[in-house]
Amino acid sequence: MTERPGDDLSSPLVPSDPTARATTAPGPAASDPTAADETVPGTAAVDAAVPRGAMLRADGVTLAYGSTVVVHDVALAVGDGGVGLIGESGSGKTTLARALLGLLRPHSGTIRYGSRDLGSLDRKGRAEFRRAVQPVFQDGSEALDPRMTVEASISEALTTHHRMDRAARRARVTSLLEDVGLDPAVAVRKPHQMSGGQRQRVAIARALAVEPRLLVLDEPTSALDVTVQARILDLLERLAAEHGLGYLLITHNLGVVDRLCDTSHVLFAGRVVESGSTRDLLTRPAHPYTLALRDAVPRLGGKPPRPSGRTEAAPAASGCPFRLRCPLATDVCRDQPPAAREVEGRRVACHRAEEVLAGVPNRPVSR
Amino acid sequence: MSGTMIRIRDLAVRMGDRVIASVPELDVVAGECVAIVGESGSGKTTTLLATLGLIEGADISGNIAIDGVDVLSAPLAELRRIRGSRVALVMQSPQAALNPTMRLGTLMRRALARHGVKGAEARSRAADAVTAVLLEPAILRRYPHQVSGGQAQRFAIALAIALGAEVVLADEPTSALDVTVQAEVVAVLRRLRDERGLAVLLVSHDLALVSTIADRVVVMKDGAVVESGPAADVFARPGDAYTRELIAAVPQLPDRLAAEPAEDKK
Amino acid sequence: MTAPGPSGAPVAPLPLRRTALSRLVGGLAGVDRLALAGAVLLGLIVLAALLAPWIAPYPDDGGSATHPLEALLPPSGAHWFGTDQVGRDVLSRVLYGARTSLVIAVAVLALSGIVGVVLGVVAGYAGGWERDVIMRVTDVFLAFPALLLSLALAVVLQPSVTTVIVAIAVTWWPWYARLTASVAASVSTRGFVDSACCLGVPAPLIVFRHVLPNSLTPVLVQLSLDGGGVILTAAALSYLGLGAHEPTAEWGLMVQQGQSLFTTDWWVVTFPGLAILVTAFAFNVLGEGLRARLAR
Repeated sequence: MTERPGDDLSSPLVPSDPTARATTAPGPAASDPTAADETVPGTAAVDAAVPRGAMLRADGVTLAYGSTVVVHDVALAVGDGGVGLIGESGSGKTTLARALLGLLRPHSGTIRYGSRDLGSLDRKGRAEFRRAVQPVFQDGSEALDPRMTVEASISEALTTHHRMDRAARRARVTSLLEDVGLDPAVAVRKPHQMSGGQRQRVAIARALAVEPRLLVLDEPTSALDVTVQARILDLLERLAAEHGLGYLLITHNLGVVDRLCDTSHVLFAGRVVESGSTRDLLTRPAHPYTLALRDAVPRLGGKPPRPSGRTEAAPAASGCPFRLRCPLATDVCRDQPPAAREVEGRRVACHRAEEVLAGVPNRPVSR
Repeated sequence: MSGTMIRIRDLAVRMGDRVIASVPELDVVAGECVAIVGESGSGKTTTLLATLGLIEGADISGNIAIDGVDVLSAPLAELRRIRGSRVALVMQSPQAALNPTMRLGTLMRRALARHGVKGAEARSRAADAVTAVLLEPAILRRYPHQVSGGQAQRFAIALAIALGAEVVLADEPTSALDVTVQAEVVAVLRRLRDERGLAVLLVSHDLALVSTIADRVVVMKDGAVVESGPAADVFARPGDAYTRELIAAVPQLPDRLAAEPAEDKK
Repeated sequence: MTAPGPSGAPVAPLPLRRTALSRLVGGLAGVDRLALAGAVLLGLIVLAALLAPWIAPYPDDGGSATHPLEALLPPSGAHWFGTDQVGRDVLSRVLYGARTSLVIAVAVLALSGIVGVVLGVVAGYAGGWERDVIMRVTDVFLAFPALLLSLALAVVLQPSVTTVIVAIAVTWWPWYARLTASVAASVSTRGFVDSACCLGVPAPLIVFRHVLPNSLTPVLVQLSLDGGGVILTAAALSYLGLGAHEPTAEWGLMVQQGQSLFTTDWWVVTFPGLAILVTAFAFNVLGEGLRARLAR
């Protein structure tokens, strides 16, 4: 593990109880059944998932481009530790991420930072929000200005909120680069002179430069080679623990959330179809979509799941949006959109969740 | 059709004085899937393109034969014939390769007509190929922009099958796709290999994905083969440090079998 | 299976697929040569303009000097390009004319470029009503034929070089505004703009630090392509008597004054005409070269 000369600079924004955080540090082992028992009162899974006051939360958020609704009535919260948001392309996850970052106004519903609505933040509140919540996007080459050197990019982050003289800035850039496992000599490079993994590390360093409390990670590794992915995930895991960061990890790959998130939400066609502890979702999915996602994750020597030919069917406009892809769909699914309900410690929107949990073998659609 | 479909011997691709890909020996027989695994810059894609004679501006030495035809010395017309009808090349983004102004059905019909297949024969071949990749025949009425990435990917495979391809060369066919769609494309390749005896040469950086289909694996790094052998052996007893690193990079999911005894019955 | 051929035999590369490398090599060999040729030619013209007082054989002839006795002499050792109606050396006037033409070109491109780029980048980044307002105004200006609008303006204002500059710039900027707006709109959707926004960088800084520099290249190409057009338009206005006037040396004006003599004293009109042609050509070659380079 590298020395982190930047530690003494850590701002008062970062809550200073590392011991308390250590117990909630992300890691599958931490989310055992006992923890789940404690955190599931009768309220929504969202409240259960974030016991100590969420820093960023969405309630009933609907997002639309013109008249096209892409996110329907989504609730989620991010505080300490990692929260996963799993969805495929077209699920609305990136739109939701943009709204959580304050780049997009919700059509209805609220997004709150602490106790305040993002839409009603004053100038000062907004600056504070900007410092506290930072994104890491899919592709480091997109997130970095192609005309700026690494040093200029990170310096921009450093000087946006504070005055800083040249020497202090230099020192801080060096320490940030070391922190993300880069040779400080890359400071003079431009994005196109680096590999994809290096660029993503720079993007992370830049996000950390403002000493945020929470990261919104939008597919941070999916553009990278598998081995590089693993290293970036290691890095994120370590940094989150060291800096006491909360994070929302958005991805289509369940293997990624399993490592980094205690709680996860599964998004399909703009709706959260299942949320609960990541471990539960992976070992015993209650929604057929979660099941399909999990079985699709390739594992060493495993066989690919039986192809259905329907994995790319468009979401249904009526009834359950997943029904055209669902091997369990029945008439109920066609007629009634399933409401989210509490089933065995997670929240799931499926008429047949109990059967999925019981392991009903997939059978062809009865139509 | 149980012959060696792809045969590579002492292949070396040089750019200037640098060897960007070197493969001493690689065979793919009918009904077999061989995967080349490595990171970007490992030379895996170069090897695949060299197999089709698609590399320009580099110095290629060695021997490459597809279905008995020497790629490096064959006349251009012969190469074109092979590329057109014997070999399907599946790229990362097939949509770009499909003419956007034509319905998929028209594309398919024209391609078949160029190979002298017309009328009822063409229709039945098209229907058969589309079914083989688990697409609905209705997709033939759509334009390329109206289908999703995985569908376009599968259509590209169908097109090749309709033309009688017996070899599929796939270059990162799933990297741009969602996991469920990835799994489906791989499952389709697997089916084609098993049921139609296609020879598949797959190039990917994703070892776990490769492991669900490959019979044999070639691991490349910095232009050289570091390990090769039957897939099961390589995964069970990786002999090279780099292979071990690739294996370690595969995200580990909790075992579904332990939690769900009923799951894999059917 | 064919027998293995002689191993290690060099094989001719198959000319089937443009690889990144071949594009790069092709680009360096072909495209940049074009841009370079344009730049060199333009450089020579600029140099000639700058050094006019020193290299012109008869510096006084750039202005109001008259030599009635030497009027309309054909090209000779003493007057390479001949002399005009009042006996001035045509070569000297062409050299001085380069100054006028280049000043007009640079001033027009700078004025319209700055106005167009600033409005365009704001419209492109802001979107919404700001974009609508700016683009509607732009459309209004675009609706008039450029030369016609210049003509009208030049008639209203006093004929002079300044008039020419203002008149052309007024009709020229909307093109840059439109081009910049579309480029800036697409640059604004890129991750680094979102990323800067999430850092809390104020909008004006985002526009000028990130959006502007990344939108500029196509505009610069267009500017260099348009240099020729500006010079032609300026010449046209002067030719119509709405721009530079005697005794200023200006190519368009010289063509106008010489055209009636074309059948008898061809040199008076030909050399300034050629100067216009060569300069417009140089701008175009440079612009095309830059454009091709950009498109790689």
